[in-house]
Amino acid sequence: MSGPTEEIKLNGTGPVVHLTPEHKQIIRLIEDGARVLDLGCGEGDLLLALKALKGARAEGIELSEACIQACVARGLFSVQHGDLDEGLANYPDKSVDYVISTNTIQVLHRPMVLLREMARVGKQLIVSFPNFAHWAVRWQLFVKGRMPKTAQLPFEWYDTLNIHLTTIYDFRDFCRTAGLKIVHEIPLRTSASGQCTQVKVLPNLRADNAIFVLEEAGPGA
Amino acid sequence: MPEEGSVGIVETKYFTFAAPPSEMTLECGRTLGPITLAYETYGELNEARDNVILIVHALSGDAHAAGYHHARDKQPGWWDIMIGPGRAFDTRKYFLICSNVLGGCKGSTGPSSINPRSGGPYGLSFPMVTVRDWVDTQKLLLEHLGIRQLLCVAGGSTGGMQVLQWVVSYPDMVRLAIPIATTSKLSAQAIAFNEVGRQAIQSDPNWREGDYYGKSVPRHGLAIARMIGHITYLSDRSMHQKFGRRLQDKSAYGYNFLTDFQVESYLRYKGNHFVNRFDANSYLYITKAMDYFDLTQAYGSLEEAFARVKSRFLVISFSSDWLFPTYQSKETVSALRRLNVEAIFTEIQTDYGHDAFLLESEQLSSLIGNFLAYGSEQAAG
Repeated sequence: MSGPTEEIKLNGTGPVVHLTPEHKQIIRLIEDGARVLDLGCGEGDLLLALKALKGARAEGIELSEACIQACVARGLFSVQHGDLDEGLANYPDKSVDYVISTNTIQVLHRPMVLLREMARVGKQLIVSFPNFAHWAVRWQLFVKGRMPKTAQLPFEWYDTLNIHLTTIYDFRDFCRTAGLKIVHEIPLRTSASGQCTQVKVLPNLRADNAIFVLEEAGPGA
Repeated sequence: MPEEGSVGIVETKYFTFAAPPSEMTLECGRTLGPITLAYETYGELNEARDNVILIVHALSGDAHAAGYHHARDKQPGWWDIMIGPGRAFDTRKYFLICSNVLGGCKGSTGPSSINPRSGGPYGLSFPMVTVRDWVDTQKLLLEHLGIRQLLCVAGGSTGGMQVLQWVVSYPDMVRLAIPIATTSKLSAQAIAFNEVGRQAIQSDPNWREGDYYGKSVPRHGLAIARMIGHITYLSDRSMHQKFGRRLQDKSAYGYNFLTDFQVESYLRYKGNHFVNRFDANSYLYITKAMDYFDLTQAYGSLEEAFARVKSRFLVISFSSDWLFPTYQSKETVSALRRLNVEAIFTEIQTDYGHDAFLLESEQLSSLIGNFLAYGSEQAAG
């Protein structure tokens, strides 16, 4: 659910936001002026960054009332208090360019339902998740015989919100089942200093996090 | 003495218009005139005249939203916690206007006013008024005050209905809209409670088909109507916390039909208190205006109703409000979202039920304060 963040002052005088390494990767993927819906937008850091840096029309959905309060206190005008497990019924088909879900799918009760909803609403989907096949996770389970705890997965087994953890391999299968085409796959490795680099070799072993850009598979795909 | 943060001593003002032969035609088709609206203002109108906020009141509210009427006045206006220097509606920045609705009994023309044609009170000869009529008369008041643009319209409950009607009737005039604990159409359950309240009034022998002015008023009926209303404004949990099963001024049951429980005593007090400050016929007319409110029916669909809306929205509901439940606010937000209108929606967690919008709340104050601060900076669109 969380990882290292970097404090960034937008546009010199703009608001201060805290961005995770995958936020910064995602911002690179978005073109100027795009319409973006961020699911589980938290206190609106990514939304503010996308508005300031990309002139995006950015809106968010968030479960926490306190986070909505924080979004309003930072000048965001399109944030809605809601439960992603209830779907995206308010949002018409293909009404935004990107639906983003950063480190959220693993906490949902029905990830498949939401992924299908995201594909209905957005032209493209950007989904990031912690990779449960990362070597540090495997090491803790295989060698130490313990439930894994990492920077990406900091919780004890009994109080974790992460109920649907996945791996890069499993997520590829999941996309096929969900009728989604993988446009880009960006496996990421975060160094101890918070530097984030793309993993070219053995991604399912070496990436602690992955960003997938997806779109609806055409007929016959 | 008014505490710090209060607007201090305020005065109710009056605006009279639509004098015959230029009567106003109401939604029901009948005409009415002259019409007087009671209103109050707080803060200063700026030179650009772009800092105006219209506050719209609920069923039993009035023009007196903030401050005190005189130095020994103990009871401030009905939304005093939200209005004043440094409060959510900051009177150092904004110019606020609040008027009593047409059909009310707090200085605006209503069934207890004198009908100039007959020389006696209107009673039931007063025409039926609607939320749209209320908004149209508020628009005329603003014109009279030389105001063409509203920074914001805000209100809860029946006030929230007026907020929604405002953005529909005058979409070019409103930059920010704050409908709180409200709905785009009154539910069957809420109509049912209104009807029981009306039946209580109408079955009081003193009601006499509304012709009771100068005689005994239908105290009993109006008090029961208010008691029913109060039940719907609270929640099971808030009643439990406030009263539980505690007894009133006794340690054992009385085994009679006098007051045993604190909750009974509270409702009786609220009912009796209300009779001294409210007119029974106004209660009938205002609840009927609520019942008729249905933007879907009036415009074909909610999307049609909101099609020309240009405002930004802050839509707020309360988790324990069962009179105007959260799903009703979500319906409004859904329609706005489908029309690409910018909207913030939040459900505030509270045990206080529908009444929560009138109570002190850090969440409510900060949402409104921030929304206004950013909304007055940035151009809408």
